[in-house]
Amino acid sequence: MSSETQKILTTDGIPLEVSLKKAERKNKIKAFLLVTPLLLFLLITYIFPIGDMLMRSIDDKMVTKMLPKTFKAMETWDGKELPPEEVFEAFYFDYKKLIEEKTFGKLSTQLNYTKNGFKSILKKLQRKMKKFEDGNYKEQIMEVHSRWANVEYWRAIKERAPNYTSAKYLKGIDMYKNEDGKIVSVAEDRRVHRILWVRTLEVAFFVTVLCFLMGYPIAHLLATLPMKYSNLLMICVLLPFWTSLLVRTASWMILLQQQGIVNDFFVMIGLVSDDARPEMMYNKTGTYVAMTQILLPFMVLPLYSVMKTISPSLMRAGKSLGGTPFIAFWKVYFPLTIPGIGAGCLLVFILAIGYYITPALVGGASGTLISNQIAFHMKSTLDWSFASAMGLMLLSGVLAIYWVYNKLVGVDNIKLG
Amino acid sequence: MSKNPDFVKFEKVDKSYDGKVLVVKDLNLDIAEGEFITMLGPSGSGKTTCLMMLAGFETPTNGEIYLDKNPISNIPPHKRGIGMVFQNYALFPHMTVYENLAFPLRVRKIQKDEIDKKVDKALSMVSLSGFENRMPGQLSGGQQQRVAVARALVFDPKVVLMDEPLGALDKNLRESMQYEIKHIHENIGVTVVYVTHDQSEALTMSNRIAVFNDGKVQQLSSPDKLYEEPVNSFVAEFIGENNTFAGEVTNFSKDECKVKLSNGSEIMANPISVKANGDRTTVSLRPERALINTKDKMDNNFKGKIEEVIYHGDHTRVRIDLLGNKEFILKVPNSSANMDIKMGNQINVSWNSYDARALDPK
Repeated sequence: MSSETQKILTTDGIPLEVSLKKAERKNKIKAFLLVTPLLLFLLITYIFPIGDMLMRSIDDKMVTKMLPKTFKAMETWDGKELPPEEVFEAFYFDYKKLIEEKTFGKLSTQLNYTKNGFKSILKKLQRKMKKFEDGNYKEQIMEVHSRWANVEYWRAIKERAPNYTSAKYLKGIDMYKNEDGKIVSVAEDRRVHRILWVRTLEVAFFVTVLCFLMGYPIAHLLATLPMKYSNLLMICVLLPFWTSLLVRTASWMILLQQQGIVNDFFVMIGLVSDDARPEMMYNKTGTYVAMTQILLPFMVLPLYSVMKTISPSLMRAGKSLGGTPFIAFWKVYFPLTIPGIGAGCLLVFILAIGYYITPALVGGASGTLISNQIAFHMKSTLDWSFASAMGLMLLSGVLAIYWVYNKLVGVDNIKLG
Repeated sequence: MSKNPDFVKFEKVDKSYDGKVLVVKDLNLDIAEGEFITMLGPSGSGKTTCLMMLAGFETPTNGEIYLDKNPISNIPPHKRGIGMVFQNYALFPHMTVYENLAFPLRVRKIQKDEIDKKVDKALSMVSLSGFENRMPGQLSGGQQQRVAVARALVFDPKVVLMDEPLGALDKNLRESMQYEIKHIHENIGVTVVYVTHDQSEALTMSNRIAVFNDGKVQQLSSPDKLYEEPVNSFVAEFIGENNTFAGEVTNFSKDECKVKLSNGSEIMANPISVKANGDRTTVSLRPERALINTKDKMDNNFKGKIEEVIYHGDHTRVRIDLLGNKEFILKVPNSSANMDIKMGNQINVSWNSYDARALDPK
């Protein structure tokens, strides 16, 4: 077939394909020029900064550059016993240089990420180093603090020698490389991140389910009501989009707090006693309630756009052919809404998995998600490489879900409107 | 099998959607078993509402509908056992042709091999054997239409309703489908209630036609009677072509009356809805019943001036200014004797008073 089409020539004897390409090239260039500004904008403001940020998660050049002599001297050290004098000497000169450049603070922060306790001993070393004599640095340094005589701290320094590291990713799932180079889990009481990952998935899953259960009937109503009512209902659905997210979350705080309106109402109708008001905020309940409300439109709109295209005569046909209303719904209507369900669920799930403001405000300790942890490391500990590692893990999780969804349902079946 | 003359019965049925306007007014209609009845009328005349009430998608505001002597107002649609062909076919787009046809059988919990047999039979009836695994989207409009008909018949319903099923097809396909549906009806003898606004469709297919207007059945009769003997001026206007004269009855008798037209001339007519002298009336005359330059003896003979001549091949349409009606249409058969029809000529037009029906005034 294709060999036959290749034989077709234009009246001038040029192969048709060549001629067609030539004719369309101009249009292609025009189209490309039209999108160039946007492409550049995205490149500069989106792709490049995010790429740079993600590089930080594996980039470990900073320490490498700060302690060049030390790492060179450490190359031959096997890490089993305390390093030899040359390593101590190299470290002394590297550190001295950092003190002169006044950048030694960065080193202590970085080393402290790898192993707690570096901050204080480096500070002490900085003070004592002024009185150091030439030669025999090993003993002089070890005298500053007992930790300097602990081989684990030197191993921790050596760990930072390579330019790239996977330590941040391991930390993200509460694992680390131990002394023997094996990857093991941290002690059970320190596994904070795994809990957060599980909780994030759990919250995203249940918020999606709740949104689906509540959004489906609304979307159906919207699609079947006469125009004058459906327009009003549509405005009600869209109204949240016109209100700031912060305002909406704050209103939930007013409603859900222990002395809030919902609790007052419960007490008034006698559902709970005044001294046993349930906590509906600063825990998972608050996160569920507020996130479901905020993400609901993202479920309703794709569902609505799909349902709008389903002719009401299909349901009638199903009934007139003898199907009970339920069978007509289940066998005829529901399968036709699957593209909308897929789109809505995927949208809500992906939004929920990375949700930040709402859990931060109403989540409390037990209702915060992985995104809050990322923000914590961005703003408080300033461990950007760890934040970026977790961000990338979150992103790959979303992409994995998307891939699975594509395998199961097919992305072609998604309909966003 | 003795035919039940009121297999479907509408009794004093009223329907209103908003409580202000009656869409269907006092509808009384009997449909015999095995009959092909058409509800014909302009849009908004209430015919589709009647069909929907019969199918169970609308409830009568007043009155009762009986199916085989049983009142059905309180029976939900899925228990009525009425097949329906929808305007846009309403095939289930996510099911194959086979699954579409099997749907009514599956919900009735029929055995798999029985289903296969029935689906086969229904598909061969509409000459679509071998299309079982196609999706509706892969079929042409005519094929989809036939699948819809097969699906409405596959579960042997007592009555099949068709709501303008051919509306979306082009003219040629529509005509061939008309014959196909008619033949299917003749072969299996099911009762069909057919809704359309296309009068030629109604005339070709039906045993009887109910002409709807303004929520009422204007006339219920066989196609030929409807055309030849319309009982009021709406039916005369709506079915076929029609020349009219407005006037006043001056000389009334049981079989004949004289009508005085506005320009002063008097014509003889057949009194249908007029009762006495002085009644206002519209006289209706089919174009083919008026003859020109005829030698036959007829009791209405007038002279008119030819205003327009349109050649139609087998016949020629002639517009004449006659008795003050400038829109008087004649259909002159194509024969060598009628070659002198030219614009501006004066011409003799005659008709029998029996064919000029004096109906209600417009």
